[in-house]
Amino acid sequence: MELESPVSTQSTRIEITQCAKTYPDGTRGLLPVDLNIEAGEVVALLGPSGCGKTTLLRLLAGLETADPGSRILFGDQDVTALPAEKRGIGMVFQSYALFPQMTVEANIVYGLKIRGASADECRRTAGTLIDLVRLNGLEKKRPTELSGGQRQRVALARAVAVKPRVLLLDEPMAALDAKLKESLREELAELLRRLGITAVHVTHDQQEAMAIADRLALMEAGQIMQVGTAESLYRNPAHPFVARFLGRVNTLARSSEDMAAGVIRLGNGALACPGHLRDRNEVMLRPEDIHLVAPNGGATARIARRTFLGDRVQLQLELEGQPPLMVEAHGLLAYAPGDIVGLEIDTERLLPARNDATAA
Amino acid sequence: MTAPPNPTSRASQIRMLCVLPAVIFFTAFWLLPAATLIALPANNGWDTYLLVLTNARYLQSLLNTLWLSLATTLVTLILGAAVGIYLARRRFRGRQALISLLTAPLAFPGVIVGFFVILIGGRQGSFASLTSSLGMGRMTFAYGVIGLFLAYLYFSLPRAIASYTAAAEAMDPQLEEAARVLGASRWQITRDAWWPQLLPTTVACGAIVFATAMGAFGTAFTLSSQFEVVPITIYNEFTNYANFAVAASLSIALGLVTWGVLYLSRVLTNDAKAAQ
Amino acid sequence: MRTSSTSRSPLLFLTTVAICIFMVAPVLVSVMAGLVNSYNRGISSGLTLRWVEQVWEVYGSTVGASIGLALACVICTLLLGVPCAYALARSRSRLARAFEELLLLPVAIPSLATALALILVYGNMTSLRQSFVFILIGHVVFTLPFMVRTVSAAFQRPDLLAMEEAARTLGAGFVQRFLGVLVPAVLPAIVAGMLMVFTLSIGEFNLTWMLHIPLTRTLPVGLADSYASMRIEVGSAYTLVFLLVILPVLWILQALTTLIQKRYGT
Repeated sequence: MELESPVSTQSTRIEITQCAKTYPDGTRGLLPVDLNIEAGEVVALLGPSGCGKTTLLRLLAGLETADPGSRILFGDQDVTALPAEKRGIGMVFQSYALFPQMTVEANIVYGLKIRGASADECRRTAGTLIDLVRLNGLEKKRPTELSGGQRQRVALARAVAVKPRVLLLDEPMAALDAKLKESLREELAELLRRLGITAVHVTHDQQEAMAIADRLALMEAGQIMQVGTAESLYRNPAHPFVARFLGRVNTLARSSEDMAAGVIRLGNGALACPGHLRDRNEVMLRPEDIHLVAPNGGATARIARRTFLGDRVQLQLELEGQPPLMVEAHGLLAYAPGDIVGLEIDTERLLPARNDATAA
Repeated sequence: MTAPPNPTSRASQIRMLCVLPAVIFFTAFWLLPAATLIALPANNGWDTYLLVLTNARYLQSLLNTLWLSLATTLVTLILGAAVGIYLARRRFRGRQALISLLTAPLAFPGVIVGFFVILIGGRQGSFASLTSSLGMGRMTFAYGVIGLFLAYLYFSLPRAIASYTAAAEAMDPQLEEAARVLGASRWQITRDAWWPQLLPTTVACGAIVFATAMGAFGTAFTLSSQFEVVPITIYNEFTNYANFAVAASLSIALGLVTWGVLYLSRVLTNDAKAAQ
Repeated sequence: MRTSSTSRSPLLFLTTVAICIFMVAPVLVSVMAGLVNSYNRGISSGLTLRWVEQVWEVYGSTVGASIGLALACVICTLLLGVPCAYALARSRSRLARAFEELLLLPVAIPSLATALALILVYGNMTSLRQSFVFILIGHVVFTLPFMVRTVSAAFQRPDLLAMEEAARTLGAGFVQRFLGVLVPAVLPAIVAGMLMVFTLSIGEFNLTWMLHIPLTRTLPVGLADSYASMRIEVGSAYTLVFLLVILPVLWILQALTTLIQKRYGT
């Protein structure tokens, strides 16, 4: 197994400064955002549809023009004004956009041919890449004869054949079914690591983002809400949106009496509210942070529903004064609907829900 | 920091260059001539534009053409629908060849169709020979309105057959199956399952057949029929009497009718599509 | 597609048979009439090729003229129409939509009017008026909308937009991606357009009759002439020649279209 990247690329850092995009009809697809991506890093732009992640990707590609005042640097070069043809990027499209009248091999070397590479060089590169993405035997086939997963690999090979300094991926797994996605996720992650290329990857699928990327940039309504590793975003969300988007949360409401008394009411019991959440009227809690014990005088709840999901069990709990809570864990086999259980919550794991006016 | 030159303006520059040759050609060889044609009747006075309505001869010609085209359209649609539906639902060897054969006349110039009518219904035609051998003398139908009508039918049917075969093949069989399951009779199925699906085709095809019939010249020219249609009138005014202004006025009137019918059909079919 | 039992309608069947006879019989009669010694006496007068020979002597040049004109028309509509179709498919401006509408006008109004208009403006330029170029111009004006509409619809496919962007990110300039990616992708539509333009041009009469002079006759114009002034056998023989020219071309090009559709998908 080669340790050096088989398709040596010069990977570059990307600097995005105050990039915004307003469409001709007035819609603001992207509000001014800043983002720095290290050379060789894989960053995922994650968010619901309409959050601006695809817009940002297309600005990086040069397929859309950024608003005045935006600046995009690839390494030391200011590429903001460069059209897509001249940016030296590779891009994998959601629909793969393979050229139907060309064979797999011809698709892969298309970019090289444009740059005037010799037939020998084309053949060599095609050979290396076909080995790399494991398409051996399919060189002469046309895209219509390939499966979805195979087409994705052709699109990938075609994009990296030109040794781009930046690789952009627009929801590359969106067209595949669930089982295929899982296996291809691993492959793609492995491939990007081997290539060592700077990559920006757009997706709405958290699992995909967490599996493939080094860092996640979570976006909503045209803004980047938080950037960081998956784990830091999950454990320390800076914004309620981030907490809700990554994983699941329960929301607990606090009345004005609760706030005055510095507690969080939980049915017939109360928790001491941690200092940093004292002035929040809503807090959130992840399902795996609620532990069930025998009723012991603290807060209790009644199990309303139990759902078996294979690797975990979900319980829906009813309790006074709060919306139903969702609890998840491995095990939990003993509980059944109708049981009364006690709740144990580590208050350190509580997260703020609403922004109050002063917080960022 | 200066504003980046807009790549999308470069894209629109490219598009402009792409469309320019066609625009230049079209302006020089259609827009300009059409404008000249439209302005011409004014030379003889503004009332020249209304000649087709005010002059008895021209009005008769217009009415002739309208009736003929309407009759052609109606019969063509009915017969074409019947054949199209039949061919769409049956599979037999040589079906594709038959469809090609039936739609080939689309490529024939109108003069050939006129000739066919003369061949069969003219003075030396097979029909005349037949009636003569039956003792009725040499009867002809080629030179009257019946001959003209048959000829118009001949060049209109291929278009209707092509349209209806395609439309009938695209019909959703499940609608008909749902109606059958609910107990509908053959007539009810035709009315409730087939007809709504074929309506857009009928409107579009009917408009094209009507417009083609209105503007048909070669067929009437070959048959040199007593039944005068507007294209023949235009031709006569232009070539025999050098009445350019009159010819222009009649052309404008004819053009308005055909364009209007096609435009109306487009609006109606778009409405139907939007309503779906 | 499943045939339902309700389609066994004797009415539809009989109508179809009647129409088939109606459409095919005249062609057969005409072919026969061109090959017999005397139409009046029919087949009993014996078969001969002398009418065909006579046609070839008098009107032979019109065949070459029509085919040449049709080919020239195809080339012109390709060069003018394909880039135009691309621009109209990609453009969202109101001007583009307006031009699309205008382009349809030569088809919506009778070609007689177009011919008249052309003569009004260019009829005085003698060298133009007396050459085949004048007729070619008329043909191109009439057939260009068909080419543009067919190809424009193909260019609007969403997967083509993604392919063009992919080619851009791989470094292809406009001409490279137009010729290397876009045109091959819409090839079936281009071939269909070419077929349409070719057959329309060969069979065009109304416009050509107005624009022609005795030295610039096409096949349909010759046909009209022979129907008016020659024996019925000669007219039939000439019609036979026309059928021999156009039917094989129609069928070859139809086969080509099916072949290309199979190779490249729709």
